[in-house]
Amino acid sequence: MAKTNIIKRLYFPLTTKIRQKWQEIYKVRWPYLFISPFYILFLIFGIYPILFSFYLSFTEWKGLGPIKFVGLRNFELLFRDKVFWQSMTNGVILFFMYVPIMTFLALVLAVILNSKRVRGFRFFRTLLFIPYIMNIVAAGFTFRLLLNQKYGLVNALLGIFNIPPVPWLESVWGGRISLSLLVIWAWLGYNMVIMLAGLQTIPGELTEAALIDGASSVQAFFYVTVPLMRPVILFSVVLSTMGSFNLFSEIYNLTGGGPINATITPVILIFEQAFGNFRLGYASAMSYLYFLILFVLTLLQFRYFGRQVD
Amino acid sequence: MLTRRFSLWLTDALIYGLLIVVSAFMILPFIWMVSTSLKPADEIFAIPPIILSPNSSLKAYSYLHEQYNILGIVRNTFVIAFGATILRLFFCALGGYGFAKFRFPGQGALFAFLLGTMVIPGAVTLVPVYIIMRDLKWIDTFWPLIIPGAANAFGIFFMRQYIMTVSSELIDAARIDGAGEFTIFWRIILPIIAPGLTSLGLIFFMGSWNDFLGPLIYLKSPENFTLPLIIRSLIGPVGRTVYDVQMAASVISLIPLLIIFLIFQRRIVEGITAGAIKG
Repeated sequence: MAKTNIIKRLYFPLTTKIRQKWQEIYKVRWPYLFISPFYILFLIFGIYPILFSFYLSFTEWKGLGPIKFVGLRNFELLFRDKVFWQSMTNGVILFFMYVPIMTFLALVLAVILNSKRVRGFRFFRTLLFIPYIMNIVAAGFTFRLLLNQKYGLVNALLGIFNIPPVPWLESVWGGRISLSLLVIWAWLGYNMVIMLAGLQTIPGELTEAALIDGASSVQAFFYVTVPLMRPVILFSVVLSTMGSFNLFSEIYNLTGGGPINATITPVILIFEQAFGNFRLGYASAMSYLYFLILFVLTLLQFRYFGRQVD
Repeated sequence: MLTRRFSLWLTDALIYGLLIVVSAFMILPFIWMVSTSLKPADEIFAIPPIILSPNSSLKAYSYLHEQYNILGIVRNTFVIAFGATILRLFFCALGGYGFAKFRFPGQGALFAFLLGTMVIPGAVTLVPVYIIMRDLKWIDTFWPLIIPGAANAFGIFFMRQYIMTVSSELIDAARIDGAGEFTIFWRIILPIIAPGLTSLGLIFFMGSWNDFLGPLIYLKSPENFTLPLIIRSLIGPVGRTVYDVQMAASVISLIPLLIIFLIFQRRIVEGITAGAIKG
C-alpha cells in the first residue's frame, strides 16, 4: 500500500494533485449539492436562453424552419423603429409621471402611520396595502369600467362638480394618467410597507429632538427623516424604474398600449413582435437593446443616489 | 396658545383627510368590482351609475359555473400556484441552508453570481424559453409555469439571511450524533425556519396565483386556463363584453387571496420587508 503511494507520488504527481483537489471538493459536496438546483435551472432557463437570444438577434426566424443570419440588420431596423423609441420614451414619461408621486406619498403615509398620533394604524395599513393582492387583470378591467368616458363612475362623480367628461382612455395623456393611477393604486401600499419597515430602523429620538429644538413637523420630515431614509428610498426608486419599463399586464389589460402607442412599453412591444408577428430575431434584438439601456440607467441611478447616500 | 391648538387640530385634520382620501381611492375599485358583478347587464352602464342595485343577483356567477367550468379554472390556478410554491420553497430553503451554514471554495463568487442574476429582465429570455418549452412539448401544460422558477435567487437570498440566525451548535450536535446532512436539513432546519418559509411561501403563492404573462404565453386550451387568463378572455368584440361575468370572475380570483391575506397579513409584510431592508 505504502509502496504504491510512493510510486504514485513519484510518477503521477499531477493525478495525485487532481485527486487531492477532488477529495477536498468531495468533503464539501453537500453544500454544492444543496445550492446546485438553482445553477442547473439557471443554466437551462437563463444562460442558454441569453446566449440563444444573442444569436437570434442577428438572424431572421419565424420559430420554424431554417434560421437566416442577417448580421446587424435587426439593429439597423431597430434604430429606425419609431415605435421602439416611442416605447423607451414612454418608459421615461411613465417613470416621471408616477414614481415621484408614489414614492413621496408612500413616505408621507409611512411617516404618518409610524407616528403614534394616528388611531386605527392597523386598519389604514391594511386598507392601503390590500391592492397588492388583487391580480392586475381584474384591476385593469375594473379601472376600465370606472374610467369609461360615457358611463364610468369617475366621470359621473366629476359631473357633479360640472366637470365635462374626461377622455381617460381615449386620449394620449388621459391614457398615461389612467395607467399611472392604476400603477399607483397597485403599488403604493407595497412601497409604503417598505418605507414603514425602514422608518423602524431609524431611531425616533432624532425626530423628537428636532421637534423639541423648534423644528416644525414638515421641517423634521425633510431635514431628518428623508436623509436617513435615503437607502430605502433608493431601493424603492430603483425597483420602480425597472418596473416602469417592465410594465406589461397593467398596460395589456388597461390601455392595450394605446391610444396611438402613447402607453406602449418595450416589454409589450417585444411580446407583440415575438408572439404576434413571430419575428423572433427582431424581438431578440429588441430585448437586448432594451436590457442594455435599462442596465445603464440603473447603474446611473445607483451612482447618482449612491453618492448622495455617502 | 389658541393658535398652537388650532395648528395641531389643523395637522390632524390634514392627516386624517389624506388617509381617508387615499383609502377611498384604494377601496373604490373593490366596491365597483363586487357591485358590477351583481348588477343586471342593463344597469352596468346606467346613468347615473348605480352602486347597489335592487335587482342584484348571482346570475353572473352561475353563468361562470355553467359556461366556463369556473371551479376547474380555480383548481388549475391552485394546482399551479401550490406546486410552484412548494417546489420553490424546498429549493430555496436548501440553497439558503447551503450558503448560510457551510464554507466551501468559490462560495463568495457563486453568491455574487446568484444576486447578479436578479437584474436580468425576463424579457430577454422570453423567446428562447418559449422555444425550449415548445421542444419539450410543454406548451399548454402547467410545467412552464412551475419548473423554470423552481429555484429563485431572491428566495435563496431570503432563506440564507433567515437561516444565518439559526444556531450552528444545533447542527453540530446533530452531526456528532451521526445524522446525515440531508436529515439535518429536513428534520432540524426546516422546522426551525417554518415562519420564514410561511412568509416566503405566501409571497410565492400570491405571485403565482396572480401571474398573467406566463399563462398568457403557455396555456392555450380554455380548460387549462387560470383565473387571470379567464378574466382576460372574457372580453368579447367591442360593446359585447360581459362585464358582470368578468367582474364575477375577478371577485372569485380575489376571495381566496383576501382570506389568506387577512389571516397572514403580518407574515406577508415581514416577507416583503425582510428582502428590502436587509438587502
